[in-house]
Amino acid sequence: MKSFWALILRDLRLAVREGGAIGTALGFFLVVVSLMPLGLGPDLNLLARIAAGVLWIALLLAALLSLNRIFEADYEDGTLDVLATGPLPLELVSAAKALAHWITTGIPLAVLAPILGILLNLDLNAYPILVATTLLGTPAVSFLGAVGAALTMKTRRGGLLLALIVLPLYVPTLIFGISAVSAGAGPGGLGASFLILAAISLVTVVLGPVAAAAALRVQLQ
Amino acid sequence: MQTLTQRLANPTRFMELSARLLPWISWATVILLVYGLYLAFLASPADYQQGETVRIMYIHVPCAWLSMMIYGLIALSSFGLLVFRHPLADVSAKAAAPLGAAFTFLALLTGSLWGKPMWGTYWVWDARLTSVLLLFFLYLGLIALRSALEDEGAAAKLTAVLALVGVSLLPIIKFSVDWWNTLHQPSTDFTSTVDPSMRLPLLIMALAFTLMFFAMHLKAMRNEILRRRVKALRAQAVAGRDRFGASAAQGAAE
Repeated sequence: MKSFWALILRDLRLAVREGGAIGTALGFFLVVVSLMPLGLGPDLNLLARIAAGVLWIALLLAALLSLNRIFEADYEDGTLDVLATGPLPLELVSAAKALAHWITTGIPLAVLAPILGILLNLDLNAYPILVATTLLGTPAVSFLGAVGAALTMKTRRGGLLLALIVLPLYVPTLIFGISAVSAGAGPGGLGASFLILAAISLVTVVLGPVAAAAALRVQLQ
Repeated sequence: MQTLTQRLANPTRFMELSARLLPWISWATVILLVYGLYLAFLASPADYQQGETVRIMYIHVPCAWLSMMIYGLIALSSFGLLVFRHPLADVSAKAAAPLGAAFTFLALLTGSLWGKPMWGTYWVWDARLTSVLLLFFLYLGLIALRSALEDEGAAAKLTAVLALVGVSLLPIIKFSVDWWNTLHQPSTDFTSTVDPSMRLPLLIMALAFTLMFFAMHLKAMRNEILRRRVKALRAQAVAGRDRFGASAAQGAAE
């Protein structure tokens, strides 16, 4: 367990000291969200209605940008070989890397989402729910993304392929994330969508590292 | 005592067996397809509500059924590859992916053509249409991942991992029409929702399409095995060891 936390700390430290990745993802998020009113017209009623969906999609795309670096950098400089031969099973290595990705990308994006909601005239009642759903849904984004990152680690133009592979897998997260926001803003309350979103995240947190580790074993052969 | 799958693990034996089976399956497909098309387009009644357009169903339903069955087959093959290291499992998964994508596309296309006269639109974002589109993307992902990887052994296993991850979406696709009550009707229940005069043509067409898939799948698997043998032979020739070419190629194909 000690090496598990050490690996997470190392990734966090790398992310903070390199700096670029988090800022780029947040900047991308901001730009995509502000492009929407330009493309769809500045009608505030329309924007309020689609705000949750736009924020979720932009969030997925922004998270996608940094996914392919989860394993790639470590593979290139040989760290991954050291990790594979080390005491920590590859399943936990993948889990640690995905968790670090969630902390460095998922949480900042989820925190930024309501601020960008102002730009889209998001209903004030929806704010706490939006933060809750994005915080609840982004683990699935990181852990499924880790599987995709492990699968495409060695390919050229891996980023595009990663998007093609991972985005269909994100659809359930997206659907229930958005339906939780729209259900929560109404009188019905959160209920089912929220619980299903939590279930999706939990399942991916458990099974994602197993699949990612299986892929990494093939890649490192 | 060997099971059937174990005996088929030898590609040479698979080639013999499939060579013997293929003509039978192909002819059965042709006969059933001709009979099914006759029933579907000439001998069955038009629907009292939908008119002649109901005949699209006889193509649409078999394609939709195959689109999911083929993914199940790919998932089974992937499981066989990763767990049992069955040598033909990857050949099967690789051959099935483009076929599955094609049938899924046909299901979407015929559904869209049927939707225009019935629903008044080519496309709606209802649960079933969206989830089948998702299945189509899954197939594309499998094909793209395999073509992006150069090492065939690694490509086989990585695609298998992706196929098994994708299985988690299959129940959502299968039950989407039952869970969310949307425009697309619930999946066809042969015992109650289809009139007997349409049940027989539909069953025949479903059977014909399934056999057609298996015929194409077997043929594609044979091609893939031959392709690998040729590749191995060529590698042998380049290495200047022609003498052992034939036996070594067999070893490589295994």
